[in-house]
Amino acid sequence: MSVISFLAGFIFTIGLTVSGMINPEKVKGFLDIFGDWDYSLAFVMGGAVVFNFIAFKFLIKKKPVFASSHNLPTKLIVDRDLIIGAILFGIGWGLIGICPGPGIVNLITMETNIFIFVGSMLTGMYLFGLFDKLRK
Amino acid sequence: MNGEILNPLFGGVLIAVASSIMLGGIGRIMGISGIVSGVLSIPKKDEFWRYSFFVGMLTAGYIMYNFSPQFFEYSLSADPFKLIVAGLLVGFGTRLGSGCTSGHGVCGLPRLARRSIIATITFMVAGIITVLLERLMS
Repeated sequence: MSVISFLAGFIFTIGLTVSGMINPEKVKGFLDIFGDWDYSLAFVMGGAVVFNFIAFKFLIKKKPVFASSHNLPTKLIVDRDLIIGAILFGIGWGLIGICPGPGIVNLITMETNIFIFVGSMLTGMYLFGLFDKLRK
Repeated sequence: MNGEILNPLFGGVLIAVASSIMLGGIGRIMGISGIVSGVLSIPKKDEFWRYSFFVGMLTAGYIMYNFSPQFFEYSLSADPFKLIVAGLLVGFGTRLGSGCTSGHGVCGLPRLARRSIIATITFMVAGIITVLLERLMS
């Protein structure tokens, strides 16, 4: 199982890097549809979704090779948490141009700014854990 | 078609291949925000896959950075306050909304999961409005 997810993490990162998703300038250009729109990153999501649409159809019917069953999200209803969470994430993503995966990959540059961003991101995740405990 | 489109397309397919390996191999959705926040907690035996995914990411990042540095030619220039606010929003928001670009976008859209379709549209629109407002105000 560990070898499989290592391989997946490895290929995922090469994909993020080659596609340009790790480049915050490119991501902001992609989100700037009312300005000088850089549409190229639409091909990242497009390529990924088309590939998975076909692959997942097949994979979901088969038992996973290294697990007894699939472990898929069970929640199906669209609730307030989903919407507010997506809005907050979208604002943060738009401000800097880095989502979680590219944040981790960019740590390799050892730039101070990426450490500030990823440190804050981890703090945000930790704060959500506290918030989630408190409200229950 | 030129490199500007082929690289994103090729990269996108690689990202999809990785998520298909996760689904077909261990039956899980490749959601990075979930994996990263899982890495923060104390490791449990059945959660080691998160750590090895994370190590796989860092290993590939190291190799790409050293052998293909052209992909890293950009600067992340922003004042610390903005970086902190953005980081907090991304961290908190992805947990509250149960996912980010990878889990909801790359994995959820192809499954036609209603939650993921709504989430992806929402964070895309929020990102687009944020970039627009930032440009209008500067």
